Amino acid sequence: MQQHILQIIYLIASVTFIGGLKFLGNPATARQGNLIAAFGMVLAIFGTIFLYTTEMGEHLHNLGFIFGALILGTIIGWIVAKKVQMTAMPEMVSLFNGMGGACAMLISVIEFRHIMEALESPSGFLIGMSENITGHILAIILGLVIGSVSFAGSIVAYGKLSGKVKDKSLGMQQLINIGLLVVIMVLSALIVMGNGAYTVQLFYLVFTLSLLYGILFVLPIGGADMPVVISLLNSFTGVAAACGGFLYDNKVMLVGGILVGSAGTLLTIVMCKAMNRSLVNVLIGNFGGGSTGEAATSSSFAGSIKEVTASDAAILMKYAKKVIIVPGYGLAVAQAQHIVHDLELLLESEGVEVKYAIHPVAGRMPGHMNVLLAESNVSYDKLVEMEEVNPEFATTDVVLVVGANDVVNPAAKTDPNSPIYGMPILDVENATNVIVNKRSMKAGYAGIENELFYKPKTSMLFGDAKKALTQLVSEIKALG
Amino acid sequence: MLEFINENIQLFYLIILMVFVGIELIGHVPSVLHTPLMSGANAIHGVVIIGSIIVMGQATHMVSLILGFLAVVLGTLNVVGGFVVTDRMLEMFKKKK
Repeated sequence: MQQHILQIIYLIASVTFIGGLKFLGNPATARQGNLIAAFGMVLAIFGTIFLYTTEMGEHLHNLGFIFGALILGTIIGWIVAKKVQMTAMPEMVSLFNGMGGACAMLISVIEFRHIMEALESPSGFLIGMSENITGHILAIILGLVIGSVSFAGSIVAYGKLSGKVKDKSLGMQQLINIGLLVVIMVLSALIVMGNGAYTVQLFYLVFTLSLLYGILFVLPIGGADMPVVISLLNSFTGVAAACGGFLYDNKVMLVGGILVGSAGTLLTIVMCKAMNRSLVNVLIGNFGGGSTGEAATSSSFAGSIKEVTASDAAILMKYAKKVIIVPGYGLAVAQAQHIVHDLELLLESEGVEVKYAIHPVAGRMPGHMNVLLAESNVSYDKLVEMEEVNPEFATTDVVLVVGANDVVNPAAKTDPNSPIYGMPILDVENATNVIVNKRSMKAGYAGIENELFYKPKTSMLFGDAKKALTQLVSEIKALG
Repeated sequence: MLEFINENIQLFYLIILMVFVGIELIGHVPSVLHTPLMSGANAIHGVVIIGSIIVMGQATHMVSLILGFLAVVLGTLNVVGGFVVTDRMLEMFKKKK
């Protein structure tokens, strides 16, 4: 009876996941979608705790420990998620993804130990199970490998995004990675098909190698491509969860896991498309990591850099008809989203038309800038996407680039040797004036020089985005 | 192998259908929502916690108990953190006019 109720609960939870994900795809319903899925998750968790029975008809034990763990995880997760700065969202997603991967990995380890114990014990009831056991071990190994890769990879991605880990590439990195992957697959096959010799040792070897692979897989990929990698690892964790579903014949785990696995994979591909690159190119391209050497030598663009003072920039903007602001990661780092909104309001009160041009990969994640600017109450319809805004630059008096670099680099269109060649960019150079706010002349995340800064119509406003914009605002006010 | 697939044929049907549902769901999403969507999907795969609860509820050995406890904590982090972070992102998408 209870088992039947549980199955219905799982069915309801599965529907909430599908419906929730559907709702998440529309700005108007996204928030409800998230809550619906969360509700289904809570239902599934408590249903499992109270209604789950084993094949022998036993309820779950250790409820105290389970609740202890749930409460501990909830408190930590809640506080961390509430306290994190909006700018640090991408790495937070990566971190939580890693936790899920680690969870799948630990399940596999424990289940493997169970099976090994059961095989060693002389009691006979397991013999009937032995045909099923190959499938079980397969699901365990898959969950272990994918979970470990996702865990280790996500932690490295987290480290990279928060600046704790630098891009590194060993010589022949791709060869090593492929070799490692082949070894993992061969050893896994040995465990599943093998005659049982050294199974335990092989299992822990695969475990270690999978963790190592996760690290080596993410380490050489450039920071600019991290969102794509996180999305990919996200779908990995989904598949790892689905392996658990297979193991326990648990439909809700299977549905949730596969759903995220396939949706995540598609999302990854869509993100790659936004940057006009293929997934393979991202994974082996060494974007940003290895391409600096060549680019550093070609820094001798015609023309020179022109600096502008805040008061000159203020005059330029105050008497403009139309200003387009191009936000980038620099804005996020400096937490300048509120002051940029102040600037926008101030200019509008002076009769200037103000818009924001949002490049699909501005910041460190698609939608990063939208989230950030929405936080400071910038109206949704002021954020214009790239395809729509590009024709408008020709009629724009001033473009203010705040902490963006690669997304406005004309090399993407003109220089076939550039690593970002082919990426669609914002055509800011068509505007009458371009003011670029940057902390220094340092190259952007892709590690390449930007010819835009050397153009005659471009002037540089150096300094931290928040400070520079604050100064700009007070200068405009001073003009009366 | 054939036997294995036949025994679990229902699950295989489910997997294949879910692959298509997943693709269909994400098909036409504006890029603005990519980050919240990824974050929401991230929370949903936290369903792996169900597995860790089942493991934990049957654990008898000290080692299983400790690893299981850790698994439940990590799974909860994934679920709670994932949903809360997504909600915080979406909270900012309120239309203001």
